[in-house]
Amino acid sequence: MSEAVNWVGYKTIVRKEVTRILRIWAQTVVPPAITMTLYFVIFGNLIGRRIGEMGGFDYMQFIVPGLIMMSVITSSYGNMVSSFFGAKFGRHIEELLISPLPSWVILAGYVTGAMARGIMVGLVVMLVSLLFTRVEIQHPLIMVSVLLMTSVVFAMAGMVNAIFANKFDDIAIVPTFILTPLTYLGGVFYSINLLPEVWQKVSTLNPILYMVNGFRYGILGVSDVEIGYAYIIMGIFAVLLASLCLWLLHRGIGLRS
Amino acid sequence: MQDEYRNPATVVFTRIITAHRLRASLHMYALQVDNLTKTYANGVEALKSISLHVEEGSFFALLGPNGAGKSTLIGIISSLVNASSGEVRVFGASVQQQRSMAMSYIGLVPQELNFNQFEKPLEIIVNQAGYYGINRKTALKRAEKYLKQLQLWDKRDKVSRELSGGMKRRLMIARAMVNEPKLLILDEPTAGVDIEIRRSMWEFVREINENGTTVILTTHYLEEAEELCRNIAIIDHGEIVRNTDMKTLLGTLDVETFVLDLRESLLVEPQVEGMHFKLRDEFTLEASLPKKKSLNALFSALDHLGVRVLSMRNKANRLEELFLRLVDKGSVI
Repeated sequence: MSEAVNWVGYKTIVRKEVTRILRIWAQTVVPPAITMTLYFVIFGNLIGRRIGEMGGFDYMQFIVPGLIMMSVITSSYGNMVSSFFGAKFGRHIEELLISPLPSWVILAGYVTGAMARGIMVGLVVMLVSLLFTRVEIQHPLIMVSVLLMTSVVFAMAGMVNAIFANKFDDIAIVPTFILTPLTYLGGVFYSINLLPEVWQKVSTLNPILYMVNGFRYGILGVSDVEIGYAYIIMGIFAVLLASLCLWLLHRGIGLRS
Repeated sequence: MQDEYRNPATVVFTRIITAHRLRASLHMYALQVDNLTKTYANGVEALKSISLHVEEGSFFALLGPNGAGKSTLIGIISSLVNASSGEVRVFGASVQQQRSMAMSYIGLVPQELNFNQFEKPLEIIVNQAGYYGINRKTALKRAEKYLKQLQLWDKRDKVSRELSGGMKRRLMIARAMVNEPKLLILDEPTAGVDIEIRRSMWEFVREINENGTTVILTTHYLEEAEELCRNIAIIDHGEIVRNTDMKTLLGTLDVETFVLDLRESLLVEPQVEGMHFKLRDEFTLEASLPKKKSLNALFSALDHLGVRVLSMRNKANRLEELFLRLVDKGSVI
């Protein structure tokens, strides 16, 4: 098929996804803003005052990058899994499956839609954080690139979950039992330097640690991990998940009989 | 080198034969199914090496009892189901090898509703056009055209789950038309639709076919297939049991059935040699007689028995009689 057809198809999927996000804004954008406001009030303001400094910053400033990253991860994953599984469950994914669009355009369209929600939510949380503290961005390019790469990785992870899911329970299992624990243990609220050495080593197996710290480096200029490692880890996950998604879409696993 | 002498008549004849062979090898069907099999993971053999060719421009009926393999076949043609073996070509493009090209020729109206019921009809159609690479401006024009033709234009901004069953079916037809397909596949498009709307849908599809689109129709309304389709394939237990044109198929029916409205009530079916009678109710009698027998014989026999006939008509669904002969009698259609 010509590139023009693919481009129009891609734009259509993105437009449809963004329309969906905005149509149900009360479910997509508002809840993370409320949750994060509560985190800022309770952890940042009330408890944070007693904690004092962390990584050379006051605790409120320290948790801002982690909380933004947590919202981006949850929103990108959540958008993909609910939208794609919803389309599969309601059978309107067939509209795309019978179209001439190749698998990579379908993947790119849905990933861009999930990124759109991740970025929207990330911006809202950043604006909320400005009500509580002052943030000076140290490395804007690193901040933006880490945010985009993280969003891409979790959007594709959401697609894998949606493809294998057969009922709505199946799309709740991974976020509840894997994603949330890894996020909380990924250095959102603390520096791993506070942990005993053995747990520091265990923490380095958590990919979210690299994403949170990469983003923290972009904003605050401090990180528990080498920034280069963060890019390598995100790159590896992005390539692996993209290959897996394309293979699943191409073979029609979970989608075609 | 000396030129070889060839008789001019032989040269002309050879050229004619070569041209004929070339044309035959280049003949492109709208749909070409060869040795197609499908065995599902649970071991069910839905299609058993079927072959089927549909000519461009034809209006083709694909009939069969429930579970015969119709929807599996349509699923494979539209790439929603993976074939176990065999090949499907749409206007020469292989569904397996050249999926994008093959899909660009197809418009599908599936049996089950498969659009997002939270979206509006206009959105659904314009988005579908986008998946075929049609720009938004053209998509909007086409959406207006087909929604108007299918009497849905005034519902374009209504959430589609609020549409009636018939409207939802028409919406799927409009959606299937937005890429102006060369092959339109309708999988029971009129199921659960009232007769008035069904007839308007027939008119719409007939016009689409007259304008050059090849149409494949599956339906449980056999009079619909008889009225609309020129070619027919009957599929049963995953095999094609008959594939011919409608006229030939109906021509094989050696008995004709008439429905007679009676002046007076009749309680016992008449007994006449060479004819078969069946009472629908006390004022309606069905008479079946061999095609070669004249109607005069029927009337004189009834007259002789004192049965007075007010009016008479042909039993419409001749296809139903043939269908039941060709597939298992016990199957539900």
